[in-house]
Amino acid sequence: MIQPVIGQALADGILTGAIIALGAIGVTFTLGIMRFANFAHSELLTWGGYIALVIVAFAGPGTPTGPLSFGWQLLAAALVAAVLTGLAAWGVDVLVFRRLRRRGAQPLTMVFAAFGAALVMRHLVVLVWGHESRFYTRELQMAVELVPSVRVLPDQIFILGLALTVMVALQAFLTRSRTGMAMRAMAESPALAQVCGIEVEAVVRLTWIISGALAAFAGVFIGLTPQLHPEIGFNLLLSLFAAAILGGTGSLTGAVVGGFLVGLAENLSLLVISPGYKGAMPFLLLLVILIVRPQGIFGERS
Amino acid sequence: MVAYLVFFACVVLILGVLTLALNLQWGFTGLFNAGVVGFYAIGAYTHAILTAAPQPQYLGNFGLPWLVGVVGAMAATALAGWLIGLVTIRLRGDYLAIATFGVAVSIQLVALNWEPLTGGPQGLTRIGKPLARLFDTPFAFNLWFLVLMLAVMATIYWALDRVLMSPWGRVLKAIREDETAAVALGKSARRFRLEAFVLGSTLMGLAGALYVSFIGFVSPYDFLPIVTFQVWAMLIVGGSGNNRGALLGALVVWAIWSGSGVAVTKLVPPSHAAQGAAIQVILIGLLLMLVLLFRPRGLIGEAAVVSRHVND
Repeated sequence: MIQPVIGQALADGILTGAIIALGAIGVTFTLGIMRFANFAHSELLTWGGYIALVIVAFAGPGTPTGPLSFGWQLLAAALVAAVLTGLAAWGVDVLVFRRLRRRGAQPLTMVFAAFGAALVMRHLVVLVWGHESRFYTRELQMAVELVPSVRVLPDQIFILGLALTVMVALQAFLTRSRTGMAMRAMAESPALAQVCGIEVEAVVRLTWIISGALAAFAGVFIGLTPQLHPEIGFNLLLSLFAAAILGGTGSLTGAVVGGFLVGLAENLSLLVISPGYKGAMPFLLLLVILIVRPQGIFGERS
Repeated sequence: MVAYLVFFACVVLILGVLTLALNLQWGFTGLFNAGVVGFYAIGAYTHAILTAAPQPQYLGNFGLPWLVGVVGAMAATALAGWLIGLVTIRLRGDYLAIATFGVAVSIQLVALNWEPLTGGPQGLTRIGKPLARLFDTPFAFNLWFLVLMLAVMATIYWALDRVLMSPWGRVLKAIREDETAAVALGKSARRFRLEAFVLGSTLMGLAGALYVSFIGFVSPYDFLPIVTFQVWAMLIVGGSGNNRGALLGALVVWAIWSGSGVAVTKLVPPSHAAQGAAIQVILIGLLLMLVLLFRPRGLIGEAAVVSRHVND
């Protein structure tokens, strides 16, 4: 009897893991390249989800395609939301973080500013949409049985596929393109990167745009399975940090592996603890990582 | 109006204790505690569990005297601070922030879910208030509580002043400024950090006990992460590293919070209460960012301290 329950927890864990991984990539980039813990990153997920909601409100979620509950319009909305959220992330940098950086502010000052940015960003969403849950589509969907007793929604499988595609594309960009290599160089050593003629501000801008875009995808995916509310991002904040630190800061592979591990740990823990305590799981995981291997799985000891 | 001012002053003084405690940890020692509300909650709940009127469905609710509750709250928070500090104190900067943030989230979850002890989502009521029997109107009690708070605040302020001027306090600053140098002089950075962390946590627990014994009930929804961010805003707006600044920050930020709250309830229809509350939070967030951008030292920054032997 135990087997199917574990199977379901594994399936759920992989699906949440994909979403956490998308968000954690941005967190790991800010930790690695900008060198501060961005407590406002989770709000980019929320913004992405709600920006897509606005577009869907105008264009509609599209007619359900095949087993999916939405059509191509929703995907287009997600893409536009990704671009806009990327620009919004960069906008916050220009308005707040860049000014502090230019003044030579300590990395921890950036964290305080991120507290402020997070409060403003989250509550702007509340201001416009209130606390009620929002849905992209009211289509009902039947879960399919992948293997006996493990049920998933077709939307979830689609999301997992799309998330993996995005991650592979990003990995190719980071390893193949010059700009991607510049980003990795910044994560390794900002001073050395600068000496090599890398334009720091251009890399920073690109980092924000990519982080914001990935966060938006994560936000839309949360909204699809099944709803949006102003705290979708904030509720994931600890999971994002846990995934980024677990993987090793600045490492894309690390964030992805970390994301899946955190997702799995959260869902498997439900087999032994009451769901009310699920929110504490990423924290416990984080604590173990920080004590046992503070540099993360893929990080190098500095 | 007077009644409201008395109430307002009591809350500001309680938040002032929290801000002073954070100032000890961050302003003087450089410990980035992003879980202030967790320690505040431990103090609040310990006091509630020790002093609330007995009820059969709860494990706690011992109905003990107020003072026992306050001392117990401080002891429990000190113990929690020590345990959490043992594990996390060696983490630097934002890692400590992330870890303590997680601590606070977990503590709130315990408060929300451990119903036999904490009352769960309903919280606990009929919590021990100091000498409540002597005062027959709420206003008289609040006035008495204000006097009590002023005395508590004066004691804490004076004690912190003495502690920070002492050799112990100077070591804290030395570690904050240049840890390598302080260690080279034979000071155990880890020990001093842990001591400052525990002392700060104890004061946060005291603030929690004072808060619930002022309002008379405890609810898990009073201990959400937003409180931590508010206290940080108070410290940064007022000026970290300066105890007068910390208190001024508590006053200014709480005045803006309550003032905007009053304005919102007058101007925004009740159907949009969520939006009104959002405006309050947005103002605090904006204030925090504007101070960091345009007045990074806060309203009253840290005073330069010169040795009194400088002219010898």
